[in-house]
Amino acid sequence: MSVNKLKYFFAVDTRYVLKKLMILMFPYTHQDWEVRYHRDTPLTPRQDVNAPDLYIPTMAFITYILLAGMALGIQKRFSPEVLGLCASTALVWIIIEVLVMLLSLYLLTVHSDLSTFDLIAYSGYKYVGMIFTVLSGLLFGNDGYYVALVWSSCALMFFIVRSLKMKILPSISSDSMGMGSNAKPQLRLYITVATAVFQPIIIYWLTSHLVR
Amino acid sequence: MAFTLYTLIQTAILCTNAIAVLHEERFLSRIGWGVDQGVGGFGDDPGVKAQTLNLIRSVRTVMRVPLIIVNSACIVLLLLFG
Repeated sequence: MSVNKLKYFFAVDTRYVLKKLMILMFPYTHQDWEVRYHRDTPLTPRQDVNAPDLYIPTMAFITYILLAGMALGIQKRFSPEVLGLCASTALVWIIIEVLVMLLSLYLLTVHSDLSTFDLIAYSGYKYVGMIFTVLSGLLFGNDGYYVALVWSSCALMFFIVRSLKMKILPSISSDSMGMGSNAKPQLRLYITVATAVFQPIIIYWLTSHLVR
Repeated sequence: MAFTLYTLIQTAILCTNAIAVLHEERFLSRIGWGVDQGVGGFGDDPGVKAQTLNLIRSVRTVMRVPLIIVNSACIVLLLLFG
């Protein structure tokens, strides 16, 4: 966990951020999900739109907290402690999700190059969906909230499955003799699907109390 | 379910304590989770069971002394501040 590794995740520019937000909200037309490499090191987000970054999750997290404060203020339920509580709840959920992902990847000996920061990045992309959901819930009431919830859940599930499929699921399993690799692709598929299914649950959990 | 960071720390301490109190010869060997059953498969991919047993053994070895310190600190703090 060095500063250099962290700098890689913040090497973004405007074009990348706009394209990534578009992909997060509408991933169905994106064709090529492969993370491109340059002599064994992954390309920075400035050069490759599929690379995970930490700028969008950080900004989305802070925006979500501010939006939560604003939503509670509109409903006259605001107090400074609630803001801190909301922030720490969301942070704890990220930590729990990253720990569970790390544990399951370790237990199933998935030799992928997903580092902790990558998992934090993928786990933080859901805040973009949450912001969209809360905004439409505030603007359009309960119906708008549920429509936006379904839309961002589907988009996020598609995005997570397509992105993690490249990294976790084996493309060519030619190393073992075929003995242990029967259960592995199934379990790896379960991890990917479970991660995807967890996203709408947590989006609903963290936003429903803001849009009453 | 409103979490605070303090809840997370509490959960982590409780879970680590739970793993640390699993006795090797009274319990783990009895149910077939001993250290000798951990290394089973050859080749480069140990199974899920071998990985879990490895994890339990590593946690118990590594966290024994820090847990003593952290538990004592928790006891003192809880006695002082309720």
